[in-house]
Amino acid sequence: MTPAVSFQKVSRHFGAVKAVDTVDLDIAPGEFFAMLGPSGSGKTTCLRLIAGFEQPTAGLIAIFGERAEGVPPYRRNVNTVFQDYALFPHLNILDNVAYGLMVKGIGKAERHKAAEEALSLVRLPGYGERRPSQLSGGQRQRVALARALVNRPKVLLLDEPLGALDLKLRENMQDELKSLQKVLGITFVFVTHDQGEALSMADHVAVFNDGRIMQVGTPRDIYERPRTRFVADFVGSSNVLPPDFVQRYSGQRRWGSLRPEAIRVVKSTRDDGLSARLVSANYLGATTRLALDADGLRLHAVVPAGTSLPEEGEALVLTFNRDQLHLMDEPA
Amino acid sequence: MRSDHGQIAPLGLKIAASFGLLFLHAPILLIFVYAFTTEEKSYQWPPPGLTAQWFAVTWNRPDVWEALSLSVRVAAISTAVALVLGTLCAAAVSRSKFFGRETISLLVILPIALPGIITGIALRSAFALTDIPFSFWTIVLGHATFCVVVVYNNAVARFRRTSGSMIEASMDLGADGVQTFRYVVLPNIATALLAGGMLAFALSFDEVIVTTFTAGQQQTLPIWMLEELIRPRQRPVTNVVAMVVVLVTLLPILFAYYLTRDGDQIAGSGK
Repeated sequence: MTPAVSFQKVSRHFGAVKAVDTVDLDIAPGEFFAMLGPSGSGKTTCLRLIAGFEQPTAGLIAIFGERAEGVPPYRRNVNTVFQDYALFPHLNILDNVAYGLMVKGIGKAERHKAAEEALSLVRLPGYGERRPSQLSGGQRQRVALARALVNRPKVLLLDEPLGALDLKLRENMQDELKSLQKVLGITFVFVTHDQGEALSMADHVAVFNDGRIMQVGTPRDIYERPRTRFVADFVGSSNVLPPDFVQRYSGQRRWGSLRPEAIRVVKSTRDDGLSARLVSANYLGATTRLALDADGLRLHAVVPAGTSLPEEGEALVLTFNRDQLHLMDEPA
Repeated sequence: MRSDHGQIAPLGLKIAASFGLLFLHAPILLIFVYAFTTEEKSYQWPPPGLTAQWFAVTWNRPDVWEALSLSVRVAAISTAVALVLGTLCAAAVSRSKFFGRETISLLVILPIALPGIITGIALRSAFALTDIPFSFWTIVLGHATFCVVVVYNNAVARFRRTSGSMIEASMDLGADGVQTFRYVVLPNIATALLAGGMLAFALSFDEVIVTTFTAGQQQTLPIWMLEELIRPRQRPVTNVVAMVVVLVTLLPILFAYYLTRDGDQIAGSGK
């Protein structure tokens, strides 16, 4: 099957800065793909390479099998939802949404009808006469979405589209984007620095750091089987365990990771586990996050709400199932 | 808490303000009055008699028409040149980062900061050095140096306020460069260009100093007026011309005010 988007050894350098550095990537048609990473990790540049706003310094890019290097943005069947929405302030909502059809030369009646349908799709029917400045942030975001979708793109690119919204709105939009993607069957490529967002929405996640892809996989892969210390730390803040420690439990001298929720905390002085002391406890609502000190090794554990909490400084024993200890590829 | 709105200003302030406005505008009225005087050799107050004959005299003077037509053509073409060059330069400076960007920005603004006499002498010596004969085009060139600046300043301010991703959004939605300019860039900078263009036209229309150095034998309207003041013949003709110019320029200014006021309402609503 031809991938929706394919990168082969793609680099984009700005002078000495390697914004994107030899990236290989395949995005399957119809999937929800997230590019996750801290700011400056190259994820947005990758998105702009797909959109055509940037051209690769080296490497090949294909969109549904068609070579994309040198093709300007207006000749790609790809549309973008911008971080700041980039609505046209001089046009009303209907003409904003119909813009893509207008420049393609589609008649007024037809394009306005299509725009009206797209507005219904994002649950803003009847907002056509308003100006962008009269809409709230969440509504502008929906208009930006409708304006992209009305062109029936093969790939929809979303650049941190939920970044400017408040928590409640963000959660609603996550659900809506996800169901919209299922209904339309369009490939969505989504850039975010929020690991929760990436894990909850995407079919596959690529984790970026320093212009390179650290790992690509399903959210579960990424979360449970990180390959490097960076991924373990960035995605869900796993406990990163040094090679010496891992050797004692697995016999192999490699870096390891252990999810905080895999650690059981028992009040005891028995020596059938790892003895530790409580440093601090963070109440998070459904869970409480404990910071523990095990002979100089800082570990985090998560316990469900309602568990009786140990005192600070109290002697504890930590146990975990050895299956839960994940050995990473990163060499010691 | 008491608001100052609606409070009545003290009488002294009112009188002072009236005098200020009177000082600004009374001389203009004086020009109007002298257009109707019967005394043609000097400006005598009060006018010995009133007549409308100078309007007919002015109408039949070919030198007035020549000067007026030259000024209009120079101003129109300088403004057109300034609109193209100023907008392009503003777009380059505000859209991209490149080596020497600040220097270019400074060099573009310099002609309006320099005294006109410097620009005039510089251009005159440059024309002499390169054997370019004085003509209509040398006047246009001289005027364009400062017309570009006002268009550039207006356009650059507007470009800074418009989001750069708007142009990308337009391209993303399938518009090529020309379409993007026509449907997105131009509507967003139009009022700035109108304001800059009108200012450029006005600057060119009443420019004297640079023109004296670059015009050769031709007379633009302000230079014609200056010459007329020295010659003690049919003086009120100058006043008639001045009066007509004031009335004619007032119309586009009111029109532009009306247009930009409308535009501000659109841009400002709810922002």
